[in-house]
Amino acid sequence: MIKFVLMVNRQGQTRLSRYYESVELNRRAALEADVVRCCLSRKKDQCSFVEYKDFKLVYRQYAALYIVVGVTDSENELSIYELVHNFVEVLDKYFSRVVSSGPADGSRLKLFTQLRTRKRSEFSKSAVALVKKTFVSV
Amino acid sequence: MPAPIRLRELIRTIRTARTQAEEREMIQKECAAIRSSFREEDNTYRCRNVAKLLYMHMLGYPAHFGQLECLKLIASQKFTDKRIGYLGAMLLLDERQDVHLLMTNCIKNDLNHSTQYVQGLALCTLGCMGSSEMCRDLAGEVEKLLKTSNSYLRKKAALCAVHVIRKVPELMEMFLPATKNLLSEKNHGVLHTSVVLLTEMCERSPDMLAHFRKLVPQLVRILKNLIMSGYSPEHDVSGISDPFLQVRILRLLRILGKSDDDSSEAMNDILAQVATNTETSKNVGNAILYETVLTIMDIKSESGLRVLAINILGRFLLNNDKNIRYVALTSLLKTVQTDHNAVQRHRSTIVDCLKDLDVSIKRRAMELSFALVNGNNIRGMMKELLYFLDSCDPEFKADCASGVFLAAEKYAPSKRWHIDTIMRVLTTAGSYVRDDSVPNLIQLITNSVEMHAYTVQRLYKALLDDISQQPLVQVASWCIGEYGDLLVSGQCEEEEPIQVTEDEVLDVLEGLLVSNLSTPVTRGYALTAIMKLSTRFSSVNRIKKVVSIYGSSIDVELQQRAVEYNALFKKYDHMRPALLERMPIMEKTATNGPTEIVQTNGETEPSVVESKHLPPVTHSCISQSFDYLLLLTLCLGIPPMTAYNKNGLKIDFTFERANPNPNIAVITIHASNSTEADMTDFVFQAAVPKTFQLQLLSPSSNVVPALNQGTVTQVIRVLNPQKQQLRMRIKLTYTLKGSAVQDLAEVNNFPPQSWQ
Repeated sequence: MIKFVLMVNRQGQTRLSRYYESVELNRRAALEADVVRCCLSRKKDQCSFVEYKDFKLVYRQYAALYIVVGVTDSENELSIYELVHNFVEVLDKYFSRVVSSGPADGSRLKLFTQLRTRKRSEFSKSAVALVKKTFVSV
Repeated sequence: MPAPIRLRELIRTIRTARTQAEEREMIQKECAAIRSSFREEDNTYRCRNVAKLLYMHMLGYPAHFGQLECLKLIASQKFTDKRIGYLGAMLLLDERQDVHLLMTNCIKNDLNHSTQYVQGLALCTLGCMGSSEMCRDLAGEVEKLLKTSNSYLRKKAALCAVHVIRKVPELMEMFLPATKNLLSEKNHGVLHTSVVLLTEMCERSPDMLAHFRKLVPQLVRILKNLIMSGYSPEHDVSGISDPFLQVRILRLLRILGKSDDDSSEAMNDILAQVATNTETSKNVGNAILYETVLTIMDIKSESGLRVLAINILGRFLLNNDKNIRYVALTSLLKTVQTDHNAVQRHRSTIVDCLKDLDVSIKRRAMELSFALVNGNNIRGMMKELLYFLDSCDPEFKADCASGVFLAAEKYAPSKRWHIDTIMRVLTTAGSYVRDDSVPNLIQLITNSVEMHAYTVQRLYKALLDDISQQPLVQVASWCIGEYGDLLVSGQCEEEEPIQVTEDEVLDVLEGLLVSNLSTPVTRGYALTAIMKLSTRFSSVNRIKKVVSIYGSSIDVELQQRAVEYNALFKKYDHMRPALLERMPIMEKTATNGPTEIVQTNGETEPSVVESKHLPPVTHSCISQSFDYLLLLTLCLGIPPMTAYNKNGLKIDFTFERANPNPNIAVITIHASNSTEADMTDFVFQAAVPKTFQLQLLSPSSNVVPALNQGTVTQVIRVLNPQKQQLRMRIKLTYTLKGSAVQDLAEVNNFPPQSWQ
């Protein structure tokens, strides 16, 4: 079972976080900082699965962004690894073109591919919505 | 009031903040603006404000004041409002807030909405944060939606059902009829979520598990289609058709086939097919293979299949990708208990993984290596493991050292090899070994009699090199103490004997005593070793000097030992050789404590060694036992005496000192009667000089039987604090043949030991 999904940048700032079990706000910051520290300190040639406390972390780096998924022990790590990549590709396909739309709709844009090309990325609320919906209790 | 800024602007603004404080300031300003906007009940921009609030919540700032706004958004008719409202509910609300129950009605209405997207939103939210009450109320609606033909809704309803079952397990039966034709769907989304639902039900209830076993053929068929079907663009991931669904189905098959022969048999073919046909060039294929291997190992598969699985893992080990090697090592660790021989085949690859750079892989490889050690491969494996011990990180050293000791103990091919291995561990990782390894090693050395000379020589050489590793130093000093004579006489057969003089050995031991690196325990060992050498070496004076110096040491333990050893030189020199004799071979699991001491003649440190799990409490035990030893030998040395012998009445005194106070002499009188008639009303009285104190305990009887047929015994305790010569005046009264007899006598011939 997936416990949480985090997207953090190299400076350790959380760009996106989604928890699938209730964790208090104050504990979240500590948890995120600790998890990120764990992943950032690993070198390139080390494996992407880390044993952390009583669960496992599967992380993947895309340019300056780290996507970390916390899973229980019974989960297939390789398949979560693939899931992360699948998710990134979906976002890429979904947001790779700027879509202009009327003001009533709010903004529906932004560019996930910019992640790959090292430019700054931003998330629109629909991207946030999409991320959240994709991970409903898997 | 100007329109609130858009989310995008907010994000941009926050990104420009250079410090945490700046960011906090911006967020607080925006929160204030949002709060005032909420107070004005502004419908147009509520959605935008809540979106911003959610973003700030995600960054870690409190956003509870937005909870009610989310509810208002949910109740609105606009889809955009509902969307943000439900998202907010999922993020901000959970069952601990009372507000969440207000949502129940909204969700109920939305579950019956005409638009599928609204229904979908409601299902998502319920499946994410629904409390038990909400789930109970709305389970019926969810179940209805589970049976609909709309696949978009069906898949969401299935996931929502998973959550409902987790919250309220009793409702599981309600969903049972709906699951009947879930698996006959074509839509992969529905299939996937149905498999998740079935997995959840099977994990929670053994009845459900039994019920769903009949689905195994259907699952096998679906899996087969997935593998056999050609390229389908909507499900393709790197050339494999819907790997996530395949993994899920494999997991469900694992649960269904776990202890069931029939199901396992039905699965055998498909598992073999998946294992052989899956492309392994990309990670996706490997993920599926991994799941297949896990399934094969868990169900009752035939042996050919198991061998196939282990070979797959072996192939994984050779893969360049770290992740795959890690995963392989983890699975092999799980299977090594059951399929030991098959895993042995991959031993060399596993041992190679010890040299990997990744910490997780190294740890796994080390655990697996220890599990694979057996009598045949012990030499080779130990070489690799010792090399690993040399070069590994400190966090591994303790575990590795313990593992090496255990393996060496179980499978050592020869005693010399065993001792060599342990020495190697002590010299390389000496400071990381566990405390109980020192006594174990000492016991091992004692028991391998023929290796004594070799061992002590090697240990001496190791000491010359390095005295910082305490366990090594302790073992070495113990051995030198015991077998120092072998060392000096150069009797070693196994190795080239070295020329060592007595003085050199004593230099080394004294060096240990003064060194800053030695712990108090080590110093204790060294002092005792020096003492033992006094019987084995000829330079006793030097030893006496050393021992007397430490009689005034600050360390209490050291001081006590030195004082006692001094006493051994002065007063009990006749006993010294006997006390310091060689240790006999020890039993492995004997009792500890003073009883053992009485039988052994030497030092008593290793008596604590017997039980492996006790920490070596050598110091206190030694001094205590030393006392006992001395006292016991002393008491054996006091001869009994005859105090009175007249008119057929003989009174013998025997002495004991079996109590902690050495000033008390315990005398037992034995009165015997050699006349033909019994002496009745026998009373024994005693008086001592003023400096003594006397205590008479009650006699065994007051009839002394005739013709030495029995004795009357009585215990006298004499306290002699000034250690003066013991004198006693005794008075005896008894009746013999009807006439009363009374007599007085003085007892002066007490042996010196009884009062000294």
